[in-house]
Amino acid sequence: MMARTLFDKVWDRHLVCAGPAGSSLLYIDLHLVHEVTSPQAFAGLREAGRKMRRPDLTFATLDHNIPTLGNRMVLEDDLARTQVEALRQNCREFDIPLFDLDSAEQGIVHVIGPELGLTQPGMTIVCGDSHTSTHGAFGALAFGIGTSEVEHVLATQCLVQKKPKSMLVRFSGMPGPGVTAKDLILSVIAQMGTDGAAGHVIEYAGEAIRGLSMEARMTICNMSIEAGARAGMIAPDQTTFDYLEGRRFAPRGEHWNTAEKDWRTLQSDPGAQFDSTVEVNAGHVAPFVTWGTSPGMAVPITGEVPDPNHGASDSERNSIVRALEYMNLRPHTLIQEIAVDRVFIGSCTNARLEDIRSAARVIKGYRVSNSVQAMIVPGSQQVKRAAEQEELHRIFTEAGFEWRESGCSMCLGMNPDRLQPGERCASTSNRNFEGRQGAGGRTHLVSPAMAAAAAVAGHFVDVRNWQYKD
Amino acid sequence: MQSFRAHSGVVAVLRRDNVDTDQIIPKQFLKRIERSGYGDVLFFDWRYHRDGQPDPAFPLNAPQYRGASILIAGKNFGCGSSREHAVWALRDYGFRAILAPSFADIFANNCLKNGLLTVGFHQAELERLLARDAAGVHTLKVDLEKCRISGEDGFEAQFEVDEFTRTCLLKGLDEIGLTLNHEAAIAQYERRQIRRE
Repeated sequence: MMARTLFDKVWDRHLVCAGPAGSSLLYIDLHLVHEVTSPQAFAGLREAGRKMRRPDLTFATLDHNIPTLGNRMVLEDDLARTQVEALRQNCREFDIPLFDLDSAEQGIVHVIGPELGLTQPGMTIVCGDSHTSTHGAFGALAFGIGTSEVEHVLATQCLVQKKPKSMLVRFSGMPGPGVTAKDLILSVIAQMGTDGAAGHVIEYAGEAIRGLSMEARMTICNMSIEAGARAGMIAPDQTTFDYLEGRRFAPRGEHWNTAEKDWRTLQSDPGAQFDSTVEVNAGHVAPFVTWGTSPGMAVPITGEVPDPNHGASDSERNSIVRALEYMNLRPHTLIQEIAVDRVFIGSCTNARLEDIRSAARVIKGYRVSNSVQAMIVPGSQQVKRAAEQEELHRIFTEAGFEWRESGCSMCLGMNPDRLQPGERCASTSNRNFEGRQGAGGRTHLVSPAMAAAAAVAGHFVDVRNWQYKD
Repeated sequence: MQSFRAHSGVVAVLRRDNVDTDQIIPKQFLKRIERSGYGDVLFFDWRYHRDGQPDPAFPLNAPQYRGASILIAGKNFGCGSSREHAVWALRDYGFRAILAPSFADIFANNCLKNGLLTVGFHQAELERLLARDAAGVHTLKVDLEKCRISGEDGFEAQFEVDEFTRTCLLKGLDEIGLTLNHEAAIAQYERRQIRRE
């Protein structure tokens, strides 16, 4: 048999039959649903008089437009409330489990899937959200879909897909102290561009990946979409199994043993061919900071804002000029001289327990700069409780951070958590697009440790030189 | 789904690379639960000043692009968020086809589900179209049956589009209906899974 990649193996086991014109009908093992991209899909199902095929493989949560302060069961925003009510109604009507705002397991859809053990190796997982790529950290094929495809999965539990190409991103060496998964993936995106992996499923491999925890692997796979990839995957190993065992929806007893044995086969065979390969030396990666309005516009903390004249083409020079104007930055400004007004630690990229621990370690014994407003939004209620058990919330609140309830929050600013026009933010989220965190707001993407250090210093600093007080 | 065979209309040009779906439709308009009515807020932050007045510097507000139904865009158009609202906004505004060097995967998929044709062109070919735009020619015919774009000025170019996209659009296929025709295969797949467990 021909040597196959991890992606080939997961793809092959989900083929139902051939679809029209060279496409395939792919079975979907897990469908995650949230309030923003699902109402039109349920309405479409209803209008066509179609049934939902597998409510038992479907789970819903509220995360995108919900408040992170006060009594969350009372939504003041009429439109947001209508959307939240629509999801509740749809879940009742179609018998879908919902992790509602009063649930101890509510949280960002890509945080709770893994944490509940719903996300498992070898699965196909979809959600009406581009950051579904997060779940690939477990060796699942997980990708974001639009609302029409959400409807397709509700009705058929399948999707018509053309098989994407494959790409291997291999990390040699190990990242140095203070360099995190966020920095590794930002460096990859800066290297290949935001369309560098378009049409591909990436497999991340190498020594540096093997050394990462599940939470860090999720950060890497999460941002695959920012390189344009259809999905990102990491082969499951002992780290994966140790994370999963005992979680609420993970297999148990004899089922666990069978599953684990099967999961161990989910690796790219020696000699398996990838359509393209990218090499990254993790040992050379520094903490990264984005300076522009696209995640690929990123440089090491020791670097400076680029000069448009150094752009490789007219369109690249134009993009740099536009980005600098929007970000109100001058060429050659040192990154460490850029002052911030706001700090946001949260999102499906960086709001898990480890992220919070890493930020807490930096903050401990310090105070947030007087010129900075800082908030931390745990990815889920479980993350929040675990952090509180470790008394981490005290470190943040004593330093002057706001400690919030779980949700997507200021990653996309659909809820009241938003930047004001002109405000500059160090953010652990995934997108620095114009207006992403609020119209006119300016976003710099960084790791949780770098965001915490910026909160204290009032400007970006190299966290590798931080004086920890622990 | 709406089929697409051929379409003639006004061509607007947006010369920017990596236009993300947050720009095509900002977050505040994703709270509605309807599938239409997004045309007025297409490119909201670029199209209007903060006071709500149209920004004359934004291409879609230029008089020559009034009523445009074909868009020429930069590379990696539609990157970022999977929000299908971006496609609904383009469609509701009146666009039927987008020509660009490349498109983001999820966006292109979403276009297909809504009968909006995306055509990839090499930069060199797009330059010919841009020269035509600069010379004041703003209409074009996009023919999916012949895979050809043409103009009354004698302009002509062939394009390639994958067979799957072409078939779906020409026939205006109801994908869900098609998949449901495979009920036997789906049920068999599910039985196989249960046995494996």
